[in-house]
Amino acid sequence: MNILVELFIEFFKIGLFAVGGGPATLPFLMDLTELKPWFTMQDLTNMIAVSESTPGPLGLNMSTYAGYQTAGIIGGITATFALVLPSLVIIMLIAKFLENFNKNRYVQAAFKMIRPAVTALIASAVLNVFRASLFIEVDGKLILSVGSLIIAIVVVILIQLKPCKKIHPFFWFVAGATAGCILRL
Amino acid sequence: MLVQLYLAFLRIGGLTFGGGLTMLPMLKYELVEKNHWITEEELIDCYAVGQCTPGIIAINTATYVGFKKKGVTGGIFSTLGMVTPSLVIITILAASLNTILDNVWVGHALMGIRGVVCALMFNTVLNLAKKSLVNVSTCIICAIVLALCLFTDIPSVIIVIVTAVIGVVSEWYGGSKSKNEKVIGEDGSE
Repeated sequence: MNILVELFIEFFKIGLFAVGGGPATLPFLMDLTELKPWFTMQDLTNMIAVSESTPGPLGLNMSTYAGYQTAGIIGGITATFALVLPSLVIIMLIAKFLENFNKNRYVQAAFKMIRPAVTALIASAVLNVFRASLFIEVDGKLILSVGSLIIAIVVVILIQLKPCKKIHPFFWFVAGATAGCILRL
Repeated sequence: MLVQLYLAFLRIGGLTFGGGLTMLPMLKYELVEKNHWITEEELIDCYAVGQCTPGIIAINTATYVGFKKKGVTGGIFSTLGMVTPSLVIITILAASLNTILDNVWVGHALMGIRGVVCALMFNTVLNLAKKSLVNVSTCIICAIVLALCLFTDIPSVIIVIVTAVIGVVSEWYGGSKSKNEKVIGEDGSE
C-alpha cells in the first residue's frame, strides 16, 4: 500500500481514539513503533522533546514530526490532516445536533471510565519512553545511563516546587542539554 | 470573517506551548476579550465538549468556535489556523535536526534532554492521575489497564472502546439507583 495512504489511515485512527488531547496520542504512536518501520522509540523521545519545546499543541507537533520522519514534508501534512479530520467531523456534528452533549449522563459515564484508562495507557507509554531514553544499547545489551537518570530525578523534584512550576519546558531542555554536554553523557 | 478566524487561531497555535490547558488563557484573550466572538461561559462549555470528544483538545475547541461563528467553512478555517504553526515549525526543525544528529556534542546534549523528557512525562502522568483517579472504581480501572498494557499487547484502541462501553453499561444498570447523586464535574469538583 502507498505509504501516504497508510499514514493517513493510522493517524486518522489516532485522531478518532486519542481521547484527552496531546499526551493521549503517545500510546498510539508507541503502538506504531512496533507495528510499522516508520520511527523508533529513540525517534519518539526526540519528537517529544521538540514538540514540547515548540509552539502549538503537543499532539499536532508529534504527528507532524512523525509524518515527516516517515515520508518527508508531504508525510507531515498527511499525518496532521488525518489526525485533525475526525475532530472536524465529530465536533461539527455535536455542535449542530447535540446542544448538551457533555451534560448527557451516558457521555459523562463513558468518559469517567475512559479517563483513568487513558491515564494508564499514557503511564505505560511513558514507561517505554523511560526505557528508550535512559538506556543505551551497546553491543546488543542495554546499559543504564546514570547521568540521564540523575538529571531526570533532579528535574522531577525541582518541578514540584512552587517557583519552578511555571518554568517553560524549553528551559528545562536547555538545562538538560547543557548538563549533558558538561557531563559528556 | 474567515480570514479573521484563521489569523486568530494562527496566533493561538503559534504562541502557546504544550496545548490543552495551557491554551486556555490565550483562547480567552483572543476569543472573549479581543474579538468578543463568544462569552467566557461558552468558552468553558466548548472546552468541556473538547475534552469529552476524541482528538486534540485545541483542535476540537478551534473547530467548535469556528463552526458556531461561521458554519462548516468557519470550522475548517479555524482548524487550519491552529494547524499551520505546528506544520511549518516542526517540519523545519525535523529537517534540520536529522542532519545534526550525528554530531558528538549533539549526542551529549540529547542524552541530557532525554532525562528531562522523562521528568516532564512523569509529571504529565502525575497531573493526569490527580485529575482522573477520583474514586475507587477509577483507580481499579487504571490499575487493570496498566497491567494489561504491561503484560499483553492489546491495542490502545480496544482499551478505549471497552472502557467507554463499561462506563455506559454501568450507568445503564446502576444509573437509576444513583440518580440522586450529584454529578461529578469535569475537574472532579461537585
